[in-house]
Parts: sequence; C-alpha cells; structure tokens
Amino acid sequence: MMATPILRIENISKRYGKKSVLQGASLEVNKGDLKILIGPSGAGKSTLLQCINFLVTPDEGRIWLDGQEVHYAHKRDLYAYRQKVGMIFQDFNLFDHLNALENVRIGMVKVRGMGKAEASERAVMELERVGLKDHMQKYPAQLSGGQKQRVSIARALAMDPMVMLLDEPTSALDPELIGEVHAVIRDLGNNGMTMIMATHQIGFASSLASEIVFMEDGRIIERGTPGKIFNDAEHARTREFCSKITELYGER
Amino acid sequence: MAGRPQLMRPSIFCEFCKRMPESLIAIGDALPYLLQGALVTLTVVIGAMALGLILGIPLAVGQVYGHPAFRRAIGLYVWFFRGIPLLAFLFLFYFGLCTALDINLSAFTVAIIVLGLISSAYQSQIFRGAILSLSEGQFRAARALGMSDLKAISFIVLPQALRLSIPAWSNEYSILLKDSAVTYALGVAEIMARAHFVATRTYQQLPLYFTAGVIFLLLTWAGTKGLRILEERVRIPGYTTHGM
Repeated sequence: MMATPILRIENISKRYGKKSVLQGASLEVNKGDLKILIGPSGAGKSTLLQCINFLVTPDEGRIWLDGQEVHYAHKRDLYAYRQKVGMIFQDFNLFDHLNALENVRIGMVKVRGMGKAEASERAVMELERVGLKDHMQKYPAQLSGGQKQRVSIARALAMDPMVMLLDEPTSALDPELIGEVHAVIRDLGNNGMTMIMATHQIGFASSLASEIVFMEDGRIIERGTPGKIFNDAEHARTREFCSKITELYGER
Repeated sequence: MAGRPQLMRPSIFCEFCKRMPESLIAIGDALPYLLQGALVTLTVVIGAMALGLILGIPLAVGQVYGHPAFRRAIGLYVWFFRGIPLLAFLFLFYFGLCTALDINLSAFTVAIIVLGLISSAYQSQIFRGAILSLSEGQFRAARALGMSDLKAISFIVLPQALRLSIPAWSNEYSILLKDSAVTYALGVAEIMARAHFVATRTYQQLPLYFTAGVIFLLLTWAGTKGLRILEERVRIPGYTTHGM
C-alpha cells in the first residue's frame, strides 16, 4: 500500500470574473518531496500556491493535509492549517517595523502562544540555520534581498511547518544573491522538508526536484521527473518552454 | 514743517508706542488668567484628539477591511461629521440635544465630545490612507503565518500605519487647537473666551487678542514639535523622516 501523501490537492479551480486562472489542478505531495512548478507568467503557478494555503480562496476543490481534509470555511481550522504550511513570497514580505529576530519570533508568540524567551531562543536558532545570526538586530530596510529572503525562510521554519510553499523565492534577487537562498533551500530539502516551489531557475530545479510540474493557462499540462520534462517531454509546448528557459537561464 | 507733513499726523506705530506701557500692564495683569485658559484649551484639544483616536482607528480599519455594508455606514458617518460646521454642531448638541433629552452636560464636556466626534471622522481618513499605503504583502504574510485578521491588523498593519500617520496627525492637532476657540460660543473658559472677557472690560482689545494669538502660536509650535520628536523616536531603523 502507498503511504498517504502529506498534502493532497484535488481539482482546484479559481476564476476572476470571466477569466479562469486555475482549472482543476490536482497534486499529491509525499513527505520529503520537492515539487517544482514551472510555466510562463500567468500560468497560474502563483495562484495555485496561494490557493493551497487559502490566501486566495479557490472556487472549487479540496485539500487534505496529512490525511485530514482542510475545512477552510472554519476560521479556527484555517488558522491552524496555515501554521502548518509555510509560505515564502517572491517579494519577501518581511514585517517592516520588526527586526530580523522579531520577524521570526512574532508568529511563535502571537500565533502559537509561546513565551517570549523561549520564542527568542528558537528564533536565534532558525536565524543561525539560515546563516544570519550576526544580523538579528537589523531591520528589513537594512538587509539585502538575499538576507531578507533567508529571514523569511527562518520565519516560516519557526512555525514547524509540514509543507513549505515557495513562490518564485529568487525572482526578485540579484544573480549574485540567488546562490545564498538556493543553498538554504537545498539544505532544507536535504533535511527532508516537503516543498512546492514555483521557479524559473531550472538548473536548480533539475538538480533537486523530485517532480517537475509544467503549467500553462491555469492547467497542469505535464508532470514528470526533471530528466523526462527537460529532455523528453511529451507535449510540444513543454519542450518549447523548456528550451526557451534553458537559453535564458543558462544550462542545467 | 511744511516739508515734512507726515509728522503732523502721529503714525500708528507712535500711537502704539505711546500706549505701550499701558498695554504691557494690561497683558501682565491678564496673563495668569489667560494661561489658565490655555490649560482649558489644551485639555479640550487633548481630550478630543484622544476620543478621535480611539474612534478613528476602528473606523479606519472597518472602512478598509470591513463588510461592504459596514464600509458604507462608516462612509456616512465620515460624511456627516465632516459636513456640518463645528459651530452648528456645538449648538445642535449643547442647546439642542442636551436640552431636548434633558441631559446635563457641561459646556466643557460637550466641547470635547463634539470636537472628538468630528476629529474621529478626519482621523479615520488619516489612518485609512496610511493603511492603504502599506504593501498588501504585509497583511498577506501575517495571514500566511496563521494570524487571524484581527491579529494581523493589530500586530502588523496598525503599528506601521500609525507611524506613517504622525505627520498628518500633527496637522489634525493644529487644526483642532484653533477650532477649539469656537467653543467659546458655548461659554467654555478657554483662551478666546477669557481674552474677550478681559478685553471688553478693560478696553485693551489689541494687546489682549494679540496675546491670545501668541499663546495659540506657542501651543501649535510645542505640539507639532512634540509630535516631530515622537515621529523620530518611533522611526523604523533604515527609514528616514526626511527626504534625503
């Protein structure tokens, strides 16, 4: 018997007015998987990720975490679920009025109800893990893009998530800063964190992904191992996109 | 003498100088009385600002995040309190409502309530603008951590929005300070009421109203200066409170 997937997404759809941005997307994510979403802008990658933790409410579809269906209309269940699903944004979204340590700590204190001292200890640990122990007292405006993204990863990790969603985590970064964020994500993967990540960095994706999911026009077109998708895709559109993106972002 | 006719007519300045000692004495005599009025003015202004703050924050939050019907209701509230002149409101409340409903409130209390209600309408728009100026991602990131909307607003949105509101808030202070002079019409013993009282009895109108004006200027200066210091104090590191 197959192990139950840690996260199961079934038939998620979302429309804005007449425009359908997500049409029946389904995913099964096992523990320790790293699923990479690729596809052109407007393909629905970001919407799918935001639907997974209900920052965008899907019009249709169901989601199970660890075998339990998420009753997102029930606020208490929704808040509890979101704690278990970490979210990393393209534009970081650190809380601008809090320093790095407070950014990591606030979720533990205000959401999980931990004491300040205990939460601070944990926050220091998480910041150390992403290599920012020396920058704890700095505010977002005093950090580089790469440092901000690492703080935001530490902030998500401090909530002990079962799954992490990463929405193009390096798209807003200088080429030189991408590496430091990738190193942190790679480290997470090696430690068994389950992740779904949208990215255009296919070099990184192919070296780490357990599965690549190609999306276009709100649909999942094709999925498979990196080797299959990048070298031997079934759909012409997948091949076209992969060759273009390889040209742009260098070799894999 | 014919060559310098202007000396025939004493200038206003000379007239003022001639009366200078008399004026100074009048000011000196009235000053403690006027300064007590300044205390009354300050109490009314601080009370009204506090009331406006306490009501203005939930109004702003409701108008940004609330249910559409709720937002419309707040829109009506703001329109109502910004749309009627202060003097009309004071009379309506003090001579109208209080009499009709047989409520026994002092002019001083009514002044604070009416100024506070009007200020809450203005302050709500200050806070609303500040909330809307924040990146939407701040609220989204807070919700992604599992915060309820109320927690996200209290711990993430408002601490930032209120900081951004301080410059506009110091406007509100200086406007309220000057508006408070109108409460003289109800008989609140603030600066203007006292200046008028002394002036009509001593016939020293010019020096007394002049002094009243100077007291208002000093209060405006002190208040805006204080808020500027507060703005600097709560500044988020990495941001400046000036352009460069």
